[in-house]
Amino acid sequence: MIIRLERIERTFQVGDEQVRALRQISLGVQAGEYLSIMGPSGSGKSTLLNILGLLDRPDQGTYWLEERNTTDLNDRQQAEIRRHRIGFIFQFFHLIPRLSAAENVELPLTLAGIDPTLRKQRVDQALDRLGLADRAKHRPDQLSGGQRQRVAIARATIMHPSIILADEPTGNLDRSSGNEVIQVVESLHREGMTVVMVTHDPELGQRARRRVKMMDGLIVEDREG
Amino acid sequence: MKIKDVVLFCVRSLAGYPLRTGLMLLAMAIGVAAVVLLTSLGEGARRYVTDQFSSLGTHLLIVLPGRSETVGGPPPLLGQTPRDLTLSDAMSLKSSSAIHHVAPLMVGAAPVGHGHLIREVIVLGSTAELYIVRGLTMAQGRFIPTGDVNRAEALCVLGYKLKSELFGSDSPLGQFVRIADRRYRVVGVLSKKGQSLGFDMSDVAIIPVASASALFNRSSLFRIMVQASGREAIPKAKAAILKIIRERHDDEDDVTVITQDALLATFDRIFKSLTLAVAGIASISLAVAGILIMNVMLIAVSQRTAEVGLLKAVGTPGRQIQRLFLSEAAMLSLIGAGAGLLLAMGGKMVLIRIFPAFPVTIPYWAPAAAVGLALVSGLIFGVLPARRAARLDPVAALSRR
Repeated sequence: MIIRLERIERTFQVGDEQVRALRQISLGVQAGEYLSIMGPSGSGKSTLLNILGLLDRPDQGTYWLEERNTTDLNDRQQAEIRRHRIGFIFQFFHLIPRLSAAENVELPLTLAGIDPTLRKQRVDQALDRLGLADRAKHRPDQLSGGQRQRVAIARATIMHPSIILADEPTGNLDRSSGNEVIQVVESLHREGMTVVMVTHDPELGQRARRRVKMMDGLIVEDREG
Repeated sequence: MKIKDVVLFCVRSLAGYPLRTGLMLLAMAIGVAAVVLLTSLGEGARRYVTDQFSSLGTHLLIVLPGRSETVGGPPPLLGQTPRDLTLSDAMSLKSSSAIHHVAPLMVGAAPVGHGHLIREVIVLGSTAELYIVRGLTMAQGRFIPTGDVNRAEALCVLGYKLKSELFGSDSPLGQFVRIADRRYRVVGVLSKKGQSLGFDMSDVAIIPVASASALFNRSSLFRIMVQASGREAIPKAKAAILKIIRERHDDEDDVTVITQDALLATFDRIFKSLTLAVAGIASISLAVAGILIMNVMLIAVSQRTAEVGLLKAVGTPGRQIQRLFLSEAAMLSLIGAGAGLLLAMGGKMVLIRIFPAFPVTIPYWAPAAAVGLALVSGLIFGVLPARRAARLDPVAALSRR
């Protein structure tokens, strides 16, 4: 099992109120699975994704990622895992506006200190694969929404992670570019990556083989097939 | 992350916000330029004074009437004089082997005229040896001749400016000038020599000391200038002067002997500390620039929250993010400091234009110190924003658009 959550608990302080975003969540994901997490806003699905991505720490419970207990890793070790094992796709793309498409894709390689010639090779390959070769020198504000998200996907996959975490990847796109992006995400799944996608679009959620529904911090449904 | 990539990343992010970067660079540049320029002004003042003293002549001792009680203070130019310093005091100094030349100096102001032109100038009464002691040079003719110092010969030597004003381009040699109500034959003209210690040697008339004594009806000397027989002989000469004068003045120490070296050393110390003080004041502006960098970096961190969140999401540890922001601050400081140095060079050229006589020199340590200070202040004030960036919660950072 690539992901194993055991009785994960996460509470936020909102004003005077304690909000239990995740209540005793236990979840296992096999390597290569395609999983969608659905639910209304406030149901805890984004919190769950953040914890899966090691951007957030659970208050209680244990999270095994590739059979390794991540709960007591320090910041540097967690960053290491994010860098090599996890790719994020965000609703708002989060491209760095001053950098070109190619440079945005290159960023994880640069931060990891990989040799420039090798970097260039891998960036060119990734852009080519996503049909962005002619957009390499464009800055994000010169790209369409769909193109931006594809640049973001190229960035998320450039380190060859085993897990792709997508948070409403089509939430900010029109239908046709949304479809395009979903095609790309599903092709990643076919290549063997584990894909976990948070969405509140039921149509999108139905496309995943395994569908998890959340409500008030609890998993209320977990269906496969 | 490779150093080249860090530099590139910082350059890109600095170039991404040109106005903000420009303002910070300006602040840094002004700070560095202020430090460099103010220290070079201080250094210039020090050199100016040193040069002035050097132009007095070599191995010089100055004997002043009156006793200075405080050690290391300024010479008692207007001190109370219990006993006058006389010409025979001066001449008796020659008995010491450590003393080569003695030039008594009597000073007064008198109208000097030729034809219908009259100028009020300083009249110096001295002997032939003043020529050697002050290291004077002649433009025309000769200096006061050697001979009996007690003979009041009616001849004079004119300063260059005084000669031009009275005679224009004519040769004054052999002609007569009136000083007060007496007539003096001009025997020589001094060559152009700048000011030395407030004494404009180009605007004086020099007459034999006995003539001056008669002219001003006075026997007391303004001072005696003594040239020791060598640099090593200066302390010996000083002791000899004090001993001889004490014997002649009924066992009383009522003169002050200033050696050029001591004077120079004192002024050197004063101006060095002055320069440092000025540099200290100027470095406050660097601290201000540092605080500005801190403020703007803090704004930068909050503007770039999403970017920091993304950096974390793609696996950048907090420490690395902190290093990136610190590198940015360091680069700002360095570029600003470089611009500041250029600014200082420009400022120096302007100063030289405005005050050509004043030796404005940038001391060798000033640019290094200014750049170092700029870097330190940039780094110190960059720590807080960088730490804030490193500690940002990635979830909160990414939830913003």
